[in-house]
Amino acid sequence: MIRVRVGPEPIDLAAELEKAEQGGAVATFTGIVRADDGVSELRLEHYPGATEAALEVLAVEAIARWSLHTATIVHRVGPLRPGDRIVFVATSADHRAAALESCAYLIDRLKTDAPFWKRETVGETKRWVEPRTTDDAAADRWK
Amino acid sequence: MRLVYFAWVRERIGLAEEEVSPPAEVATIADLIDWLASQGAGHAAAFADTTRLRAARDQSFVPLETPIAGASEIAIFPPVTGG
Repeated sequence: MIRVRVGPEPIDLAAELEKAEQGGAVATFTGIVRADDGVSELRLEHYPGATEAALEVLAVEAIARWSLHTATIVHRVGPLRPGDRIVFVATSADHRAAALESCAYLIDRLKTDAPFWKRETVGETKRWVEPRTTDDAAADRWK
Repeated sequence: MRLVYFAWVRERIGLAEEEVSPPAEVATIADLIDWLASQGAGHAAAFADTTRLRAARDQSFVPLETPIAGASEIAIFPPVTGG
């Protein structure tokens, strides 16, 4: 089962986790907005339609590669503040290795393969976050 | 053909989307970017460094060398930073 959602609503961990629980092992990742360098707001822009399709493709790939029961990707867009949950990923499988590896796979591929852009506000300054080569390297290790 | 822009590409152009009818010699997305850059100061600023641009044809990521014939939507944007 695939669950993909992109929107401005806060992420309800208990509700998402309950829907993800199948098989013998569930792995989850929650991304939280950091206040690095005095960031007061992080705004997420995305490509409506294309984003959901890209996340579906990643979830389908993970389910096939690790024989998962469920793959969940919930991503927030719009204005976020430090401490807010920005992304939630959950995978469920019969055993822990498949759940943990596929969860790491989805997190890494989300960074490079989904059309999200981040803009930080620090004081009066707003700046677009630049892509990091370490993110490309992390995604490449799954090829 | 519908063009859509994201992040600083959208901000520099000053538009989230627009309809265009490029001339016949504009064959690829790279050609389209060159042609758009000559259409206004905002487009020129957004497209000054093509190494920092990525594209999608009908919502699938593609290289800039991809032909535009038959496409209904071309998106032009910076490298993604999501997740």
